Parts: sequence; C-alpha cells; structure tokens
Amino acid sequence: MNIEARCLDIQALKFRWPSSQRNVLDIKALQCNQGETIFLNGPSGSGKTTLLSLIGGIQNATEGHISVLNQNLAELTSRQRDQFRADHIGFIFQMFNLIPYLSVLENITLACKFSPERKARIARRGSSPEREARRLLTHLELGADKLDAKVMNLSVGQQQRVATARALIGEPELIIADEPTSALDAPMRDKFIQLLLQESASTGASVLFVSHDPSLETHFQRSLALPTINRATQHEEAEA
Amino acid sequence: MNWILLSSLTLKSMLNRRFTSLLCIFSIAISVLLILSVETIRSETRNSFTSTVSDTDLIVGARSGSVQLLLYSVFRIGSATNNIDWKSYQEISAHPSIDWAIPLSLGDSHRGFRVLGTNSDYFTHFRYGGARALTLDAGEPFQAVYEAVIGSAVAKELNYQLGEEIILAHGASDTHFSRHDDKPFRVVGVLAPTGTPVDRTIHVSLAGIEALHIDWQSGTRAKQGVSAEEALKMDLEPKQITAFMLGLKSKMAVFKLQRAINNYRKEPLLAILPGIALGELWQLVGVAEKALLAVSVFVLVNSFVGLLTVVLTSLNERRREIAILRSLGCRPSQVFSLLTLESLITALIGCIVGVAFYFVALYLAQPLLQAKMGLNLSIDALTLSEWLILAAVMLSSLFIGLIPGYRAYRYSLGDGMSIKL
Repeated sequence: MNIEARCLDIQALKFRWPSSQRNVLDIKALQCNQGETIFLNGPSGSGKTTLLSLIGGIQNATEGHISVLNQNLAELTSRQRDQFRADHIGFIFQMFNLIPYLSVLENITLACKFSPERKARIARRGSSPEREARRLLTHLELGADKLDAKVMNLSVGQQQRVATARALIGEPELIIADEPTSALDAPMRDKFIQLLLQESASTGASVLFVSHDPSLETHFQRSLALPTINRATQHEEAEA
Repeated sequence: MNWILLSSLTLKSMLNRRFTSLLCIFSIAISVLLILSVETIRSETRNSFTSTVSDTDLIVGARSGSVQLLLYSVFRIGSATNNIDWKSYQEISAHPSIDWAIPLSLGDSHRGFRVLGTNSDYFTHFRYGGARALTLDAGEPFQAVYEAVIGSAVAKELNYQLGEEIILAHGASDTHFSRHDDKPFRVVGVLAPTGTPVDRTIHVSLAGIEALHIDWQSGTRAKQGVSAEEALKMDLEPKQITAFMLGLKSKMAVFKLQRAINNYRKEPLLAILPGIALGELWQLVGVAEKALLAVSVFVLVNSFVGLLTVVLTSLNERRREIAILRSLGCRPSQVFSLLTLESLITALIGCIVGVAFYFVALYLAQPLLQAKMGLNLSIDALTLSEWLILAAVMLSSLFIGLIPGYRAYRYSLGDGMSIKL
C-alpha cells in the first residue's frame, strides 16, 4: 500500500453548532497519510469528539473541506456518508463500546453487517467474518473461547480488545480511537496500544488516536496538540 | 434497508430486557384477549338474538308495545297485558293471504321454565336462525292432551327423559298452591338444542292448557275440582290465547295485513314485524355491549401507554447503543426503525399470544356459555372483524412506536459520536 497516499485531508475547517455563533473548531490544515499513526492530544472540551464526528461524517463542516481517502465528504449525501463510514472507518470509544445484548462474536461481526464492502474484503482473503473475528481475537490476545461470551462478563480491558477487533474487522483504512485507554491501568494501556498499532500496521490502516494523556504520544509516529491546531479554542483563551 | 438485521437487533435487545418486554407483551395479549372475547360475545349474542325467530312475518298479540309483545311471545320474558280471543285468531288465520299460523298460549311454568301451549303447526312451521326447523333429539311431538315436548336446556338442567311425569304450575312462580298437581304431563319429546328461548320452554297442546285451567277461575282453583280424566271428556277448545305467529304466502302482503290487524274492530290487537321489533330491542340492549367494547378499548389504550413508557424509559439507557450503531454506519432512519420495530414486534407477539389465549378461553368457555346462556360459540378461524381488530392493534402500535422512534432519531443526529451515559 502506498504510504504517502492521503488518508485524511482537512483544509480551513470551521464548525459551529447550528444554535451557536461561536466556532467550536477552526483548523487551518490537518493531514494524515495512509498507514500513519497520529496521536491527537487535548484536554476535555477542546473539540476532540466533535472533530471525530466530522471526520466520521456524522456532522457536517460549517466551512472548509474534509477528505477521507480522497473522498470529499461534502460531496456525499448523509446516507452515502453513513455507508462510507461503515466501509472505511473503524471506531473505538472510551468505554462501554459494546452492544450489551450481543455476544462477543456478534459485536465484532456487526461491523460487517452494516458494510458489505468489509465482508467482501474478508471473502477476498478466503475467510469469513466469524473466522476473521476468531483470528483477530487471538491476535489481540483474547482467547477465541470468549467468542460466545456475554460482553458484560468481560473485564474493561477485554471489552476494549473486542471493540478493537470490531474496528479492525474487514480492514477499514482508518481507525479512530477516542480515549480508548482512559479506563485501563498503565501496563494494560501500553499493551493495548501496542496490540492496536500492531494489528493496524498489518493491514496498513491509519490510526488517529485521541487522548488527554500526553504520555502516550511516544507510541505514535506523529503527535498533534489539538489546542495548538484548533484556532477556535485559542480565541477563547485569548478572550478569557 | 436491512430489515432482518434490524429485527434481529430489536429482538435481541428485547430479550436482554426480557422481564419488562414480557410484561408489555402480556399486557397487550390480555387486552387482545379481552377485546376479541367481547367482540365474539357481542356478535354471537346479536346472532343468537336475531336468530330467535325467523321466517315469521307477523306476531300478533293484545295491543301493547311492540317490544313487550316480542319479549313475551319470543323471549318468554314478562307477560301479556291481555289475552286475545280464540275467535279473533281463527278469523285472522283464515285470511286468504296467510300460509300458516301458530297460536301461543303462555302463563304457566314448571320449575322456572315457561310453558307454551300451542299446536302441531309449531313443530311444522316455526323457524329460527336462518330458516332452521325444530328437530327432536328424542321422542315425537305431543298428540294427547297431557303430553309435553321439552326444550334441550330443560331436559339437561332438570335431567328429564322421555316418559318423565311433570307437574305444571299456574303463573310464573312454582309454589305448592299454584301447582296443577292433579293433571300431570308426560314428556314425549325432547327438542334438539337451538340456542334460542325454545331450549328453555316446555311445549304442550292448547287443549292441555285448557284442561289445566278448566277448574280455575281468577288465578285460583275452584273448590269443585275436575279430574284429569273428566277434563278429557269436556270441550277443550281454547277460549283465549296470548299471541300468534303468522307466515304469509307472499311477503308483499305483510304491511297490508299488519294494518288490517292493527285496525281490527272486534278487539284491540297489535301486529308486529319481528325483524323490526328485534332491531328496536337490540338498540336497547346494545348499549351494554357498546359499553363493554369501550372498556376493552380503554384497556388496550392502557397497554399501549405502558408499552410507550417502557420503550421511552429504555431509550435513555440506549443512547450509548445508538451512538455505537451510528459509528458502525447505522443510518438515523435505521435507528428510527429500530425503536419503532420494538413496538411493532411487542404488539405482534402480544397479538399472537392474545389470539392463543382467546382460543383457549373459547375452548374452555364454550360448554359453559352453551349451558348457561344458550350461546353457540364456534371455534373457527378468526372472522373479518376480528382480523380488523388485530390490524387496528398493529396500526396503533406503529403510531405508538413512532414516538420513541422519532426521539431516537433526534438523539442519533444530536449526540453524534459522543456516548451519553
């Protein structure tokens, strides 16, 4: 895979909520190459989650341009953006990442249910979503015997690995992780990040890892501080 | 839209909250059971009511109200204000437009069952429930004076068989003083069940009624009694009867004859069209059935309010789930469907369980209603009106489901990727 291909390209992005006059985000430029791992750091309220919603195509930019995999999101309808997200982006949240009433296997393969493309990629490799889920769990060092377990019976660390397997299944090109380690202790956290990066490297996926903990940046190829690139929070601070 | 995926997610989510889901399903099932049962009893009562008499063109009695005449002549409820002269009956029934006439003489009873004096034309011409003729389960129609043919409910409740000797009583109350115990009747026939007041009637000949009262004056027995054998030798042609039914050769003549009877000079008579009088009577008793239906509808509305409360309460807990689904590519419209489907699936299972309950209840209640009320409930496939009720339940559940569906839709747009806890 061409490492220099653009996975994410943000230009002159501005976002404000419809009911507000004030920008929440004002980013001049942000790029991520295919296969690159980026650490995005910022305290709570710095607009991290809003930025992820925009990249994921759930919110629309008020001004500016966002391209994911060279696809300008503004050119897609809301329905197409939802499908684009399902096919190309894997998400991992802070905690409570899993649907409580589905088993581990069902949680992981749910990503394929919403994306025929992810399913097709697995099929091209001569595998099935179930086998792929089993393989990923083994790689993420969670026994495949946990496949039929209820997610509520897993520890937080185990749940985050299941969420990671769901984000990775079907090889999406971009993995977005929103504070996935905040509920984990230090040794678990480092182990988790290593496994995530290892797995994403094997498929060539880019990783956008968001956290308020700056000590994690050493794991990533590049580190960005959101308050530095988000001019909206700079204005707020200046006004304060 | 992937309905199988959404339905399977909804079902699994409901299974996860199985206790509240089961309560909702049970509540809807009970409402469906109630509303179907009320509808069945309603339609069966109406059927049974309107089928008490058929193919009779006119009923003639002493001048009173049409409902009153219908009540005593057909339903054996209440009594006539006056009798009519036997000669009037003979004169009218000899009218050329009349095909048949059945005289009815009421006033006596036996252990709570009314006694009807009539003649053999009753067994030939009386029709009920869509032109069905009376049939005998055992024995034959009465011929001799002291012979009786009993209805099926009489036979069953009093455990009477052919050959049984019965004592009739004067008037509606069967007390020692009023019994015609010097002239016992013998049961010679038992009628097949009809689901009409015929089942609860004891039929004797007009001559039998005359023989019973030959030594009675003003409601009491004369001191000088006439024995059963002596009475047989006397003239037993009736002097008066209570009412009579008429069948006409041509329906065209009904109104003309009705007018003629109502204007009969020799005594004040009233001729009614049974269908019209039944309609009037049903309007009176129909209020109760409408009230019953209204109560069932309110019970159903209450179930839906319960369902709505449960779905809306769970919705707040499920905002996290909605955000996860959105991150996986689930569209807001699919989130909307997910919540709407929950109401639909709950109502669908509720309907299926309710219909199952209904058939079980029907199976259990069938013999009881037949015995106590003479209602013939048949365990058949659902009728059109019952299907319409179920469709209305499903449609209502769809409308109810739109409320949490819309709220979830708003959440899915507003919350974005942030997981609200």
